[in-house]
Amino acid sequence: MSEMVAIKGLNQKYDKRPVLSDVNISVMPGSITGLLGPNGCGKTTLIKIIAGLIKDYTGDVKIMGLNPGVETKAVISYLPEKTYLKDWHRAKDAFDMFSDFYKDFDKAKAKELISRLQIEPNARIVSMSKGMQEKLQLALIMSRSAKLYLLDEPLGGIDPATRTMILDMILQNYTEDASLLISTHLIHDVERIFDHVVMMGFGQIIINEPLDAIRVKYGKSLEDIFREVFKC
Amino acid sequence: MQFVSALPIYLQIIQDIKQRIVSGEWQPKMRVPPVRELSVSLGVNPNTAQRALAELEREGLLRTERTSGRFITDDEELIGRVRGEMAEAYADEFLLRMSKIGFRQGETLKFLKQNNERGETK
Repeated sequence: MSEMVAIKGLNQKYDKRPVLSDVNISVMPGSITGLLGPNGCGKTTLIKIIAGLIKDYTGDVKIMGLNPGVETKAVISYLPEKTYLKDWHRAKDAFDMFSDFYKDFDKAKAKELISRLQIEPNARIVSMSKGMQEKLQLALIMSRSAKLYLLDEPLGGIDPATRTMILDMILQNYTEDASLLISTHLIHDVERIFDHVVMMGFGQIIINEPLDAIRVKYGKSLEDIFREVFKC
Repeated sequence: MQFVSALPIYLQIIQDIKQRIVSGEWQPKMRVPPVRELSVSLGVNPNTAQRALAELEREGLLRTERTSGRFITDDEELIGRVRGEMAEAYADEFLLRMSKIGFRQGETLKFLKQNNERGETK
Protein backbone atom coordinates (compact mmCIF):
# COMPACT_ATOMS: atom_id res chain seq x y z
CA MET A 1 0.00 0.00 0.00
CA SER A 2 1.44 3.37 -0.89
CA GLU A 3 1.62 6.08 1.71
CA MET A 4 -1.01 8.77 2.14
CA VAL A 5 1.57 11.13 3.57
CA ALA A 6 5.33 10.66 3.24
CA ILE A 7 7.64 13.17 4.89
CA LYS A 8 11.40 12.96 4.66
CA GLY A 9 14.01 15.23 6.17
CA LEU A 10 11.57 18.06 6.89
CA ASN A 11 12.98 21.23 8.43
CA GLN A 12 11.23 24.46 9.26
CA LYS A 13 12.48 27.60 10.93
CA TYR A 14 10.66 30.66 12.23
CA ASP A 15 13.12 33.54 11.88
CA LYS A 16 16.25 31.62 12.78
CA ARG A 17 14.68 29.39 15.43
CA PRO A 18 14.26 25.78 14.25
CA VAL A 19 10.72 24.45 14.81
CA LEU A 20 11.02 21.15 12.97
CA SER A 21 14.37 19.41 12.61
CA ASP A 22 14.75 16.46 10.28
CA VAL A 23 11.22 15.12 10.70
CA ASN A 24 10.44 11.80 8.98
CA ILE A 25 6.97 10.30 9.16
CA SER A 26 4.52 8.45 7.00
CA VAL A 27 0.77 8.02 7.31
CA MET A 28 -0.83 4.95 5.76
CA PRO A 29 -4.27 4.92 4.10
CA GLY A 30 -7.03 3.79 6.46
CA SER A 31 -5.15 4.72 9.61
CA ILE A 32 -5.83 7.16 12.42
CA THR A 33 -2.60 8.71 13.66
CA GLY A 34 -2.37 10.61 16.92
CA LEU A 35 0.04 13.53 16.91
CA LEU A 36 1.10 14.27 20.47
CA GLY A 37 3.55 16.62 22.07
CA PRO A 38 3.85 19.55 24.46
CA ASN A 39 2.93 23.10 23.54
CA GLY A 40 5.20 24.66 20.98
CA CYS A 41 6.72 21.38 19.80
CA GLY A 42 5.80 21.94 16.18
CA LYS A 43 2.53 19.97 15.82
CA THR A 44 0.55 22.80 14.28
CA THR A 45 3.46 23.74 12.00
CA LEU A 46 3.67 20.14 10.76
CA ILE A 47 -0.08 20.04 10.11
CA LYS A 48 -0.01 23.37 8.30
CA ILE A 49 2.81 22.17 6.06
CA ILE A 50 0.81 19.06 5.15
CA ALA A 51 -2.26 21.23 4.59
CA GLY A 52 -0.24 23.34 2.14
CA LEU A 53 -0.40 26.54 4.19
CA ILE A 54 3.31 26.86 4.95
CA LYS A 55 5.55 26.67 1.93
CA ASP A 56 9.02 27.82 2.98
CA TYR A 57 10.07 24.48 4.50
CA THR A 58 12.97 22.38 3.34
CA GLY A 59 12.77 18.63 2.83
CA ASP A 60 10.39 16.32 1.02
CA VAL A 61 6.64 16.34 1.71
CA LYS A 62 4.36 14.17 -0.43
CA ILE A 63 0.61 13.68 -0.16
CA MET A 64 -0.50 10.76 -2.32
CA GLY A 65 2.75 11.27 -4.18
CA LEU A 66 2.21 15.00 -4.79
CA ASN A 67 3.78 18.11 -3.29
CA PRO A 68 1.32 20.14 -1.18
CA GLY A 69 -0.62 22.39 -3.54
CA VAL A 70 -3.97 22.92 -5.21
CA GLU A 71 -4.47 19.23 -6.00
CA THR A 72 -3.69 18.05 -2.50
CA LYS A 73 -5.84 20.75 -0.89
CA ALA A 74 -8.82 19.33 -2.78
CA VAL A 75 -8.45 15.97 -1.03
CA ILE A 76 -7.52 17.29 2.42
CA SER A 77 -10.14 18.25 4.99
CA TYR A 78 -8.41 20.49 7.51
CA LEU A 79 -9.69 21.61 10.88
CA PRO A 80 -7.52 24.53 11.97
CA GLU A 81 -6.74 25.40 15.54
CA LYS A 82 -8.49 28.74 15.17
CA THR A 83 -11.89 29.21 13.60
CA TYR A 84 -12.37 30.77 10.19
CA LEU A 85 -16.11 31.18 10.64
CA LYS A 86 -17.28 34.76 10.95
CA ASP A 87 -19.36 36.01 13.86
CA TRP A 88 -22.29 36.96 11.67
CA HIS A 89 -22.40 33.57 9.88
CA ARG A 90 -25.21 31.19 10.60
CA ALA A 91 -24.59 27.43 10.58
CA LYS A 92 -26.45 27.16 7.29
CA ASP A 93 -24.26 29.91 5.73
CA ALA A 94 -21.27 27.80 6.57
CA PHE A 95 -22.89 24.90 4.70
CA ASP A 96 -23.28 27.08 1.59
CA MET A 97 -19.69 28.25 1.90
CA PHE A 98 -18.44 24.65 2.11
CA SER A 99 -20.64 23.64 -0.84
CA ASP A 100 -19.05 26.37 -2.91
CA PHE A 101 -15.50 25.54 -1.87
CA TYR A 102 -15.48 21.76 -1.88
CA LYS A 103 -16.90 19.36 -4.44
CA ASP A 104 -16.81 16.53 -1.91
CA PHE A 105 -18.96 18.32 0.69
CA ASP A 106 -22.15 16.45 1.59
CA LYS A 107 -24.67 19.01 2.79
CA ALA A 108 -27.27 16.45 3.83
CA LYS A 109 -24.70 14.74 6.01
CA ALA A 110 -23.66 18.04 7.59
CA LYS A 111 -27.29 18.79 8.44
CA GLU A 112 -27.71 15.40 10.03
CA LEU A 113 -24.52 15.77 12.06
CA ILE A 114 -25.37 19.19 13.44
CA SER A 115 -28.82 18.06 14.43
CA ARG A 116 -27.19 15.18 16.32
CA LEU A 117 -24.93 17.74 17.98
CA GLN A 118 -27.99 19.85 18.77
CA ILE A 119 -26.92 22.90 16.83
CA GLU A 120 -29.70 25.06 15.42
CA PRO A 121 -29.04 25.75 11.68
CA ASN A 122 -30.24 29.34 12.02
CA ALA A 123 -28.12 30.21 15.03
CA ARG A 124 -25.42 32.79 14.46
CA ILE A 125 -21.79 31.94 15.24
CA VAL A 126 -21.59 34.88 17.64
CA SER A 127 -24.35 33.36 19.78
CA MET A 128 -22.57 30.01 20.07
CA SER A 129 -20.27 28.94 22.88
CA LYS A 130 -16.69 28.02 22.02
CA GLY A 131 -17.55 24.33 22.30
CA MET A 132 -20.55 24.72 20.01
CA GLN A 133 -18.43 26.50 17.38
CA GLU A 134 -15.92 23.69 17.55
CA LYS A 135 -18.66 21.11 17.12
CA LEU A 136 -20.02 22.94 14.10
CA GLN A 137 -16.59 23.12 12.49
CA LEU A 138 -15.92 19.47 13.12
CA ALA A 139 -19.29 18.56 11.58
CA LEU A 140 -18.35 20.60 8.49
CA ILE A 141 -14.94 18.97 8.22
CA MET A 142 -16.27 15.43 8.66
CA SER A 143 -19.00 16.01 6.05
CA ARG A 144 -16.42 16.08 3.28
CA SER A 145 -15.44 12.78 1.76
CA ALA A 146 -11.77 13.64 1.76
CA LYS A 147 -8.75 11.36 1.56
CA LEU A 148 -6.93 12.95 4.44
CA TYR A 149 -8.39 14.66 7.50
CA LEU A 150 -6.11 16.92 9.49
CA LEU A 151 -7.63 17.77 12.87
CA ASP A 152 -5.64 20.23 14.94
CA GLU A 153 -6.82 20.01 18.56
CA PRO A 154 -10.41 19.13 17.70
CA LEU A 155 -11.71 18.61 21.24
CA GLY A 156 -10.18 21.37 23.31
CA GLY A 157 -13.34 23.28 24.19
CA ILE A 158 -15.67 20.30 24.26
CA ASP A 159 -17.10 18.70 27.41
CA PRO A 160 -16.26 15.05 28.22
CA ALA A 161 -19.72 13.65 27.38
CA THR A 162 -19.74 15.31 23.98
CA ARG A 163 -16.14 14.22 23.36
CA THR A 164 -17.22 10.59 23.41
CA MET A 165 -19.98 11.36 20.95
CA ILE A 166 -17.61 13.24 18.66
CA LEU A 167 -15.02 10.47 18.68
CA ASP A 168 -17.78 8.05 17.68
CA MET A 169 -18.82 10.49 14.99
CA ILE A 170 -15.27 10.51 13.65
CA LEU A 171 -15.11 6.70 13.64
CA GLN A 172 -18.43 6.49 11.79
CA ASN A 173 -17.71 9.15 9.22
CA TYR A 174 -14.29 8.66 7.76
CA THR A 175 -14.20 6.50 4.68
CA GLU A 176 -12.26 3.31 4.90
CA ASP A 177 -9.32 4.24 2.70
CA ALA A 178 -9.02 7.74 4.16
CA SER A 179 -6.50 8.71 6.85
CA LEU A 180 -6.75 10.93 9.87
CA LEU A 181 -4.03 12.88 11.60
CA ILE A 182 -5.25 14.25 14.92
CA SER A 183 -3.23 16.45 17.25
CA THR A 184 -4.40 16.50 20.84
CA HIS A 185 -3.51 16.99 24.47
CA LEU A 186 -6.48 14.90 25.60
CA ILE A 187 -4.53 11.70 25.22
CA HIS A 188 -6.52 9.63 27.67
CA ASP A 189 -9.85 10.36 25.95
CA VAL A 190 -8.70 9.99 22.40
CA GLU A 191 -6.09 7.24 22.35
CA ARG A 192 -8.62 4.43 21.83
CA ILE A 193 -9.31 5.61 18.28
CA PHE A 194 -5.63 5.75 17.25
CA ASP A 195 -3.84 2.92 15.58
CA HIS A 196 -0.58 4.81 15.23
CA VAL A 197 1.06 7.41 17.43
CA VAL A 198 3.63 10.07 16.64
CA MET A 199 5.03 11.82 19.70
CA MET A 200 6.95 15.01 19.05
CA GLY A 201 9.15 17.06 21.31
CA PHE A 202 11.40 20.01 20.65
CA GLY A 203 10.92 19.81 16.90
CA GLN A 204 11.81 16.15 16.66
CA ILE A 205 10.00 12.83 16.52
CA ILE A 206 10.40 10.91 19.77
CA ILE A 207 8.00 8.00 19.26
CA ASN A 208 6.58 6.82 15.96
CA GLU A 209 4.90 3.43 16.40
CA PRO A 210 1.59 1.53 16.38
CA LEU A 211 -0.34 2.24 19.58
CA ASP A 212 -0.56 -1.38 20.72
CA ALA A 213 3.16 -1.87 20.12
CA ILE A 214 3.82 1.10 22.41
CA ARG A 215 1.59 -0.38 25.11
CA VAL A 216 3.45 -3.70 24.90
CA LYS A 217 6.87 -2.05 24.90
CA TYR A 218 6.32 0.34 27.80
CA GLY A 219 3.56 -1.52 29.70
CA LYS A 220 1.85 1.74 30.53
CA SER A 221 -0.62 4.18 29.11
CA LEU A 222 0.28 6.74 26.50
CA GLU A 223 -0.50 9.50 28.96
CA ASP A 224 1.95 8.08 31.51
CA ILE A 225 4.62 7.80 28.84
CA PHE A 226 3.95 11.39 27.83
CA ARG A 227 4.29 12.60 31.42
CA GLU A 228 7.57 10.73 31.75
CA VAL A 229 9.10 11.97 28.52
CA PHE A 230 8.12 15.58 29.06
CA LYS A 231 8.58 15.82 32.82
CA CYS A 232 9.06 19.46 33.78
CA MET B 1 -16.35 -0.79 26.54
CA GLN B 2 -13.86 0.42 29.13
CA PHE B 3 -10.22 -0.29 28.47
CA VAL B 4 -7.37 -0.47 30.94
CA SER B 5 -4.57 1.74 29.85
CA ALA B 6 -1.48 -0.41 30.04
CA LEU B 7 -2.62 -3.43 27.99
CA PRO B 8 -2.83 -3.47 24.19
CA ILE B 9 -6.40 -2.65 23.20
CA TYR B 10 -6.68 -5.55 20.75
CA LEU B 11 -5.97 -8.04 23.55
CA GLN B 12 -8.74 -6.49 25.61
CA ILE B 13 -11.14 -6.79 22.69
CA ILE B 14 -10.17 -10.45 22.25
CA GLN B 15 -10.95 -11.06 25.93
CA ASP B 16 -14.29 -9.29 25.62
CA ILE B 17 -15.35 -11.27 22.55
CA LYS B 18 -14.23 -14.57 24.07
CA GLN B 19 -16.37 -13.78 27.06
CA ARG B 20 -19.37 -13.18 24.82
CA ILE B 21 -18.78 -16.49 23.05
CA VAL B 22 -18.20 -18.72 26.07
CA SER B 23 -21.10 -17.18 27.98
CA GLY B 24 -23.43 -17.90 25.06
CA GLU B 25 -24.26 -14.26 24.48
CA TRP B 26 -22.86 -14.89 21.01
CA GLN B 27 -24.10 -18.33 19.92
CA PRO B 28 -22.19 -20.80 17.73
CA LYS B 29 -22.68 -20.12 13.99
CA MET B 30 -23.88 -16.59 14.75
CA ARG B 31 -22.71 -13.88 12.36
CA VAL B 32 -20.17 -11.47 13.87
CA PRO B 33 -20.85 -7.77 13.24
CA PRO B 34 -18.68 -6.30 10.45
CA VAL B 35 -15.38 -4.70 11.52
CA ARG B 36 -16.69 -1.20 10.98
CA GLU B 37 -19.78 -1.74 13.13
CA LEU B 38 -17.77 -3.46 15.84
CA SER B 39 -15.20 -0.67 15.86
CA VAL B 40 -17.89 1.97 16.33
CA SER B 41 -19.70 0.02 19.03
CA LEU B 42 -16.45 -0.57 20.93
CA GLY B 43 -15.25 2.96 20.18
CA VAL B 44 -11.90 1.81 18.81
CA ASN B 45 -9.89 2.14 15.63
CA PRO B 46 -11.12 -0.22 12.88
CA ASN B 47 -7.61 -1.61 12.40
CA THR B 48 -7.47 -2.52 16.08
CA ALA B 49 -10.84 -4.31 15.88
CA GLN B 50 -9.68 -6.05 12.71
CA ARG B 51 -6.53 -7.28 14.43
CA ALA B 52 -8.56 -8.75 17.31
CA LEU B 53 -10.88 -10.57 14.89
CA ALA B 54 -7.94 -11.92 12.89
CA GLU B 55 -6.39 -13.29 16.07
CA LEU B 56 -9.67 -14.95 17.13
CA GLU B 57 -9.85 -16.47 13.68
CA ARG B 58 -6.35 -17.82 14.05
CA GLU B 59 -7.39 -19.44 17.32
CA GLY B 60 -10.35 -21.03 15.52
CA LEU B 61 -13.12 -19.27 17.42
CA LEU B 62 -14.21 -17.35 14.34
CA ARG B 63 -14.17 -18.29 10.69
CA THR B 64 -14.60 -16.23 7.57
CA GLU B 65 -16.87 -17.22 4.73
CA ARG B 66 -15.66 -15.57 1.63
CA THR B 67 -18.88 -13.88 0.62
CA SER B 68 -21.03 -13.69 3.69
CA GLY B 69 -18.76 -12.48 6.49
CA ARG B 70 -17.43 -13.79 9.79
CA PHE B 71 -19.12 -16.35 11.99
CA ILE B 72 -18.69 -17.88 15.43
CA THR B 73 -17.31 -21.42 15.20
CA ASP B 74 -19.70 -24.37 15.55
CA ASP B 75 -16.93 -26.31 17.32
CA GLU B 76 -18.55 -26.48 20.75
CA GLU B 77 -15.70 -28.56 22.09
CA LEU B 78 -13.30 -25.70 21.32
CA ILE B 79 -15.65 -23.18 22.94
CA GLY B 80 -15.80 -25.42 26.03
CA ARG B 81 -12.02 -25.62 26.12
CA VAL B 82 -11.63 -21.84 25.91
CA ARG B 83 -14.24 -21.45 28.65
CA GLY B 84 -12.20 -23.82 30.82
CA GLU B 85 -8.98 -21.91 30.16
CA MET B 86 -10.60 -18.61 31.07
CA ALA B 87 -12.06 -20.08 34.28
CA GLU B 88 -8.64 -21.46 35.17
CA ALA B 89 -6.96 -18.10 34.64
CA TYR B 90 -9.54 -16.33 36.82
CA ALA B 91 -9.21 -19.00 39.51
CA ASP B 92 -5.40 -18.70 39.51
CA GLU B 93 -5.65 -14.97 39.85
CA PHE B 94 -8.17 -15.24 42.67
CA LEU B 95 -6.08 -17.81 44.57
CA LEU B 96 -2.99 -15.67 44.16
CA ARG B 97 -4.74 -12.63 45.56
CA MET B 98 -6.13 -14.60 48.47
CA SER B 99 -2.70 -16.01 49.29
CA LYS B 100 -1.33 -12.46 49.22
CA ILE B 101 -3.72 -11.48 51.98
CA GLY B 102 -2.71 -14.54 53.98
CA PHE B 103 -5.38 -17.13 53.12
CA ARG B 104 -4.21 -20.72 52.93
CA GLN B 105 -5.83 -22.97 50.28
CA GLY B 106 -8.19 -24.73 52.73
CA GLU B 107 -9.16 -21.46 54.32
CA THR B 108 -9.94 -19.95 50.93
CA LEU B 109 -12.19 -22.90 50.03
CA LYS B 110 -14.05 -22.61 53.32
CA PHE B 111 -14.48 -18.88 52.75
CA LEU B 112 -15.82 -19.44 49.25
CA LYS B 113 -18.32 -22.00 50.52
CA GLN B 114 -19.56 -19.72 53.29
CA ASN B 115 -19.76 -16.80 50.90
CA ASN B 116 -21.73 -18.89 48.44
CA GLU B 117 -24.22 -19.96 51.16
CA ARG B 118 -24.65 -16.35 52.22
CA GLY B 119 -25.37 -15.50 48.60
CA GLU B 120 -28.01 -18.22 48.36
CA THR B 121 -29.92 -17.14 51.47
CA LYS B 122 -30.02 -13.52 50.31
